[in-house]
Amino acid sequence: MAGMSFSFAALLDRPDIWRGQVLSRAGTPTVPCGFPGLDAELPGRGWPAGALTEILPAHEGIGELRLLGPALAGLSRRGLRLVWIAPPHLPYAPALAAAGIDIANLVIVRTASPKETLWATEQALASNACGAVLAWPQGAKYAELRRLQIAAEGGRAPAFLFRAPEAAGESSPAPLRIALGTSDGGLAVCVLKRRGAPLARPILLPPMPPAVRSKTHHVDRHSAAPAAARDFFARFVHA
Amino acid sequence: MAAAAALALAPALRVARRDPATETEALLGVAGWAAQFTPGVALEFPDGVLLEVSGSLKLFGGLESLLERLRRGLAEMGWSSVLAGAPTPRAAFWLALAGKQKFIGESAELEPVLAALPLEILRCNDETLAAFEAIGVRTLGELRALPREGVARRFGQGPLAEFDRALGRLPDPRNFFVPPAGFRAALSLPAEVTQAGALLFAARRLIVQLAGFLAARSGGVQRFSLRLKHRDRTATEIAIGLVAPSRDAEHFTLLLRERFAGLELAEPVREIALRAEDIVPLAGNNLELLLEEGRAPGDWARLVERLRARLGSEAVCGIASHAEHRPERAGVIADIGEKQLQLDFGERPFWLLDRPRPLAEIEAVPHHDGPLELLVGPERIESGWWDGDDVARDYFVARMQNEALVWIYRERRGEGGWYLHGVFA
Repeated sequence: MAGMSFSFAALLDRPDIWRGQVLSRAGTPTVPCGFPGLDAELPGRGWPAGALTEILPAHEGIGELRLLGPALAGLSRRGLRLVWIAPPHLPYAPALAAAGIDIANLVIVRTASPKETLWATEQALASNACGAVLAWPQGAKYAELRRLQIAAEGGRAPAFLFRAPEAAGESSPAPLRIALGTSDGGLAVCVLKRRGAPLARPILLPPMPPAVRSKTHHVDRHSAAPAAARDFFARFVHA
Repeated sequence: MAAAAALALAPALRVARRDPATETEALLGVAGWAAQFTPGVALEFPDGVLLEVSGSLKLFGGLESLLERLRRGLAEMGWSSVLAGAPTPRAAFWLALAGKQKFIGESAELEPVLAALPLEILRCNDETLAAFEAIGVRTLGELRALPREGVARRFGQGPLAEFDRALGRLPDPRNFFVPPAGFRAALSLPAEVTQAGALLFAARRLIVQLAGFLAARSGGVQRFSLRLKHRDRTATEIAIGLVAPSRDAEHFTLLLRERFAGLELAEPVREIALRAEDIVPLAGNNLELLLEEGRAPGDWARLVERLRARLGSEAVCGIASHAEHRPERAGVIADIGEKQLQLDFGERPFWLLDRPRPLAEIEAVPHHDGPLELLVGPERIESGWWDGDDVARDYFVARMQNEALVWIYRERRGEGGWYLHGVFA
């Protein structure tokens, strides 16, 4: 009997088997996300490498990139390429550099259709030549995401798919799914799916708004701001 | 046989005119490809290529393995071939000409084998052949059995001297083939092609030839072009650029496939021509001593090439920050891996809009899905008067009703107004 229980324990020790109450141990390597509170709740204590992570922000601009900032900064400083596929706007170099990302390792892939986006993402994941892949697919279907997951498997790159919040209602092959909302100016990270027990409450990350700076002026040619505008600023800035 | 007689026997026969120039070009192409196996390549016009391989056998893992490579490569280029080997070039060529896939290692074994070959392999004119026939001589052996002087008097020294060269009794010097500096090869298609798939199949033949040509020179190319010639003498040019020099036929084929996928052929294609000029030295690859665990890291250059081949070369790019106050010039699209300066800007958003979007202003408050709350600012940016593209703006970090943070500015010139310029994602 002893031998049998031993083999059973060995079976449970397999990284690809997880029990309901316990977080899965790292079957695949992970990349620390840089927020201790969030790392503690992610299997393997970080973003999974070689797997899809879906990020579903409630809307644009609530901190979906700041959430990845520390991980991307670490990867890029190790000389690994960050490939951004079909981003919705121009990734702004001054801000990314200020966040510690080595922008010489940032590569943008612009596509003309959602199909091309999926194709390029699959190529980037299958090549295993990237440090991280960020993609903004439009209306991807389960089968298409499954292809991406298979392409990512065994690779070293974490793959982040940014999708619309409505996608939370659809099933997905991604082993980690995260919805983002706001709460008191901070970022509320809701782990919709992970390898392990579901997480009931969102993780609140401290507010990460841009630091309040004193008024900075870049004036090459002197000109006085009109008085009306100055009054206007006073109303808002010092309110 | 006359063409009319041949057509009577086989009505489906396609008659093609023999084109010596094309044949020579093809032979030179094969020679250029075969030079990867040995530096000693000689030509036997119009259809023979001689390779001096005794020094190459060890490198290529023995005769069988070398022959396998030769056969596969020739088949991939679309040629049918007869391979034969012997201690002397002439004997090897004769064996091949007679259709005998024989490999003779010892000079002593040569004579009986050659003696059995028909006289046609001497490639003398029809009259001479008829004369041999008339005296009952059909094989080299029978010719050799005749009194030497008599044969020399009637047919000249030629045939007997050839035989002596084949046996190695007379010297048989050859000029080695010198590959040209650049690669050019063309292929007429047997039928007009409209499908990209069929085109790739044909292009593959030229690509194999190119890869062999490059291997012979231990070189690689960073760009090559495929020209598709149409019926009306117009042509479509497909230029392929690589991130790093390569000579890998599979990789070249892959890039062409991606390019063909997005290709609309206006006209059917009659002929394709492959060209590669700037050949750069390229060392062979060493294999890893120890294989790493998991999947090996992929080849970054290849990924970029694949993406560019399908999406266009502009589609894959990097970003850079410049020492500029104007936000749209401070962060721009750039070449991948451009050298970066460390610059300190103010608070900047992760996303910059392609062009500022005008915002509604209601009771002096800017609106974007509801009123915006100004958090940080103003940061005055006034710059660029020297190039006529100057800006005068006051930037703010603003919070939307849904708590998203945006970067907006107030235009300080003209009609003023508020604009959305970035998103703090």
